[in-house]
Amino acid sequence: MDLATFFIQLLNALQYGLLLFLIASGLTLVFGIMGVINLAHGAFTMVGAYLAWSLAELTGSFWAALALGIPLTVLLGAAVEWLFVRRLYARDHLHQVLLTFGLILILEESRSLLFGDDVHAVAVPALLSGSLPLTDTLSYPVYRLALSGACLALALAMAWVIRATRVGMMVRAGASNREMAEALGIPIKWVQLGVFSTGIALAGLAGMMAAPVSSVYPGMGNQVLILCFVVVVIGGIGSVKGAFVAALLIGLVDTFGKVVTLEVAGVKLLPQLAGMSVYLLMAAVLLWRPEGLFGRRP
Amino acid sequence: MPERETLLEARGLEVGYGASRVLHGVDFTVRAGEAVGLMGRNGMGKTTLLKGFMGIVRPRGGQVRVRGREATGGAPYRVARQGIAWVPEGRGIFPNLSVRENLVMAARPGVHGRRDWTLERVLHAFPRLAERLSHGGQQLSGGEQQMLTIGRALMTNPDLLLLDEATEGLAPLVARHIWRMVEEIRASGIATVIVDKNFAAVNSVTDRCVILVKGRVVFDGASAQLREAPEVAHAHLGV
Ligand SMILES: Nc1ncnc2c1ncn2[C@@H]1O[C@H](COP(=O)(O)OP(=O)(O)OP(=O)(O)O)[C@@H](O)[C@H]1O
Ligand SMILES: [Mg+2]
Repeated sequence: MDLATFFIQLLNALQYGLLLFLIASGLTLVFGIMGVINLAHGAFTMVGAYLAWSLAELTGSFWAALALGIPLTVLLGAAVEWLFVRRLYARDHLHQVLLTFGLILILEESRSLLFGDDVHAVAVPALLSGSLPLTDTLSYPVYRLALSGACLALALAMAWVIRATRVGMMVRAGASNREMAEALGIPIKWVQLGVFSTGIALAGLAGMMAAPVSSVYPGMGNQVLILCFVVVVIGGIGSVKGAFVAALLIGLVDTFGKVVTLEVAGVKLLPQLAGMSVYLLMAAVLLWRPEGLFGRRP
Repeated sequence: MPERETLLEARGLEVGYGASRVLHGVDFTVRAGEAVGLMGRNGMGKTTLLKGFMGIVRPRGGQVRVRGREATGGAPYRVARQGIAWVPEGRGIFPNLSVRENLVMAARPGVHGRRDWTLERVLHAFPRLAERLSHGGQQLSGGEQQMLTIGRALMTNPDLLLLDEATEGLAPLVARHIWRMVEEIRASGIATVIVDKNFAAVNSVTDRCVILVKGRVVFDGASAQLREAPEVAHAHLGV
């Protein structure tokens, strides 16, 4: 692998990792703060992707699709919290898994009714459609760079809100002692509504932003969900910092796992290893630190 | 003197956990600026009564009124926003927040927009906290934790402070500091309900005392009256 190829793969790995973080952060926040396992989290990424496709078709503009799609996912997240998830906070994980699995079915079926079962592509917006030449023959698409930049900016904004604002303090206080936070005048049910719908909006936004680089297809949420759980487990349940590190690690391992295996294919290294590399990473981390990289020791 | 506003009132309050009944029709009133001692042996229902006021446990019968408005079993945050602050038994500081964050997250103007208590004033009252602003909540000593909980409650600019076991487990010197602070809070016009094992201290910093025995009020009268009738305290509190 020459330097330019390596560099391109590195950018791909970062973009993949950052996108994965954006989705997984919502999952880990909702689990860490409200104690809810949301199996439907990935399905909201699919919803985002389909929204991006249909709204872009409808309005003729990817930007208009984003502008409409973001508030729609926030509202959808809020409605789901208010109607369903709110009832799960005090319940055990089995109830949570059952209800949120049901949500996947509902979301997939609604998607099928509203948008059909076809695979779609979303055009890269004209503003970001160029490529940056790296060498005479290799170049890198501007959209992927912008995508990484947007994910990174959102990650930083999220870190800032959680660590440095009063809202973030209230969220953390509520996560540690709900009763006490309430007794200090903080309406925890609104905090929970806000956290859940923000997590859903981030998952949806990731789906929208990724739509121009990956196709839009039924069931795409399931793959996303599995990877998100790997991120959450590696990073440590409830840790946003852990999710960040884990998502980048997975981005690197997955991207380079594929490339390296391809390169040494002549030496007959099992090609299946590439698909497993992420899970091998998870197994290795769990053997070393069962609570995950940044998880609290039980 | 005009009748002072009734901040908190319970009528016939009944609270229980599961099959056990803890409070059996408790009447309790706190007026603006008043300091009330709530006493009773272990397990008589003092903590439960305070939690009932805050809406943290849902009463099974009777009424809680905050500033004359029905608040029985209301959301704790609504009670808090009516100017009632709770310093719980066991303190309840947020270990995952720094000292500064524990204080700042609670900051709020009082019911009539009062902003007497700011971070600066709390730190002035508890200089020990000022030295530990960036420490995590769990790195504090017991006394510092208690100062933090009281300071945090004051940040909400309350009109009534409910103090549950404020000096429990503290060294005598630290406990004395807390008692001095309680006096200052009282002098600043904030009403207080004080639960503590130290009968003499509670009695000396309050206007009125209420004694609970097995979830019933057996005494409700001036603190001075209780001082003059030591047999009452002896019978119900064993002091
Ligand atoms: N969460 C709970 N579940 C079940 N029973 C409880 C609970 N909390 C308190 N109790 C019971 O209710 C009764 C009153 O408890 P409470 O804590 O109100 O008493 P207290 O007067 O504050 O006692 P102490 O002086 O020990 O703090 C006790 O018998 C106690 O065991
Ligand atoms: Mg108690």
